[in-house]
Amino acid sequence: MASAQESARIAERRDIRNRWLLSAPALIIILLAAIGPLFIMLAYSFMAKGDYGDVKFGQFSLDGWFSVFFQRDIFDDTISLADAHLTIFWRSVRLSLATTVVTLVLGFPTAYFIATRPQNKREIWLFLITIPFWTNLLIRTFAMQEVIRNEGILNTVLLTLGVIRSPIQILYTDTAIMFGMVYVYLPLMVLPLYAAMEKLDFRLVEAGYDLYAGRLQVLRRIIIPLVKPGIIAGSILVFIPSLGAYVTPRVLGGGKNLMLGNLIELQFGQGRNWPLGAAISITLMVVVMTALLIYVRSAARTGADNNG
Amino acid sequence: MPDKNAIEVRGVSKLFGMGEAQVAALDNVSVSIRENEFFTLLGPSGCGKTTLLRLIAGFDYPTDGQILLHGQDIAPLPPFKRPVNTVFQSYALFPHMTVAQNIAFGLEMLGKPRAEISARVAEMLRLVRMEALKDRRTSQISGGQQQRVALARALAPQPKVLLLDEPLSALDYKLRKEMQIELKRLQNETGITFIFVTHDQEEALTMSDRIAVMSSGKILQVGSPWDIYDRPAVRFVADFIGETNFLDADVISASDGRATVRLSSGAEIPATCPAGATPQGKVTIVVRPEHARMAAPNGASAQLGQIENVVYLGTDTHFHVRLDDGTPFIVRQQNSRDGNGHSFASAERVGIEFGQDVAQILKD
Repeated sequence: MASAQESARIAERRDIRNRWLLSAPALIIILLAAIGPLFIMLAYSFMAKGDYGDVKFGQFSLDGWFSVFFQRDIFDDTISLADAHLTIFWRSVRLSLATTVVTLVLGFPTAYFIATRPQNKREIWLFLITIPFWTNLLIRTFAMQEVIRNEGILNTVLLTLGVIRSPIQILYTDTAIMFGMVYVYLPLMVLPLYAAMEKLDFRLVEAGYDLYAGRLQVLRRIIIPLVKPGIIAGSILVFIPSLGAYVTPRVLGGGKNLMLGNLIELQFGQGRNWPLGAAISITLMVVVMTALLIYVRSAARTGADNNG
Repeated sequence: MPDKNAIEVRGVSKLFGMGEAQVAALDNVSVSIRENEFFTLLGPSGCGKTTLLRLIAGFDYPTDGQILLHGQDIAPLPPFKRPVNTVFQSYALFPHMTVAQNIAFGLEMLGKPRAEISARVAEMLRLVRMEALKDRRTSQISGGQQQRVALARALAPQPKVLLLDEPLSALDYKLRKEMQIELKRLQNETGITFIFVTHDQEEALTMSDRIAVMSSGKILQVGSPWDIYDRPAVRFVADFIGETNFLDADVISASDGRATVRLSSGAEIPATCPAGATPQGKVTIVVRPEHARMAAPNGASAQLGQIENVVYLGTDTHFHVRLDDGTPFIVRQQNSRDGNGHSFASAERVGIEFGQDVAQILKD
């Protein structure tokens, strides 16, 4: 008996060791490629900026963090809020929220449509959803530019049809950025929504209809509460990359409608202010994490309320 | 109201699929279900009974035909506009709601006032004896309790007709027995017409006022449990419900639903005819195993044969007899302690006697 226990214990220990060994590559990559650089960014944000970019090592400075929120007048040294940064910040949040809402509104019926197809047809539809991923993001964004520019397809068609008299300026506006982001991130909304809806027991939908719930009420009282995890996952997957989007606002927003991603890039590039770039990056991360935390908490709470 | 039918199904067909692969789940089915009746659709899986139920509920629309509810054609109405509720085979309780919220759902959708809803929910909880668990999640209660909640939820809006789709199939034997009695009680107390779908003949016989036996998209026979069991019209019904002996016979004379037939042994016995048919020539008759008796072989025996096997089943014993013409025949005898002196053993030669009015002629 004792020997059996002993060998069981050895087997268990070996099992645990093997698990660590197997997950080691992933852990090392996470440590080196994700957490490590974060600490470097954090350290950089507290250093003085170098004259030609980079930082002055070992020189502690709060200038980076100071400039995230405030600016000092070049002439009289008065301190005021960094309007430009706040504007960019606000535009980022606004456009990301709008993108999330629009992709949700567009993605929900799409996912529902796919989930209600016969099993063998669903794979084809899912395959079609992933087709845009085959083309480089940059190329797709430039293609979008072709569609919405003043002499582009959209305006030409509208002009020919007589809907408008002169071309609408869409390119290089916030709307263009949002269009682009909706286009790019829509699959990220559809896929988790589909995953949740695929698990939905459609007999519950029938039960709803049977109990006198019309189509809207079935949607509101049965389908939405049951696919909520998918809605949350999709919203997170769209909101986060939208907030840090770089290519889309750069190409479709022109030079003037910056978003946070562009602002950060600017500091590391032409701005030669690495501490400020690092500080903005970390601010962005903290904001995203806080927003996520609040969202998930409140979603979980309303979920619990629904469940009594 | 002159029309006392709760549901009237008129010439309903339902085709699934397209072109070559098209199959008729229901083939020109007509049946009337009376008010306050416990009506059962009985048949093997794939016979179309669930399809018929879904058409009445409104989850599917018939390819052809009418479905009348108290005389009004409801076939084109969506399910949420029909005063008909369903108890699903899987119960389909809403997992994101409590027991009480599930029961209240239908009433809320009907826009009933709050006070009325809570009173009605309390009444339903009492009816199915679930008051103590009203705030539980549906995942936190047992299968039998879920079954009760599903019933309460479907009964709460006081439907004209309650549809039950094999609701007891997921329960174990003992619970199923309890729920059969419970269902019968609920039907009596509420006075609602129940349409019950099952493949379990015993369930159908114990609970129903009337049974419709279905096979391959058609209704073969509608009648009381007694009719279905004792007077099966066709071979499928006789075979599907309980155990039966089939015997070849020749009709000697037939009139007014009664006939005299000659068996292979040469004995002539009285038999009943299927409704609306006057059989002639060669026919098949059925005799239930418990309606035949074993006796010492003599001139009075309807059939003679040899016992091949004796199966003891506790309450009764089955004697598997090979008749002289080669047909197998089963006699079921109740085991009683008073003892009729003789117990039959394997390989013994026996005579078989029939009771009064036990032979029924089949249509096919």
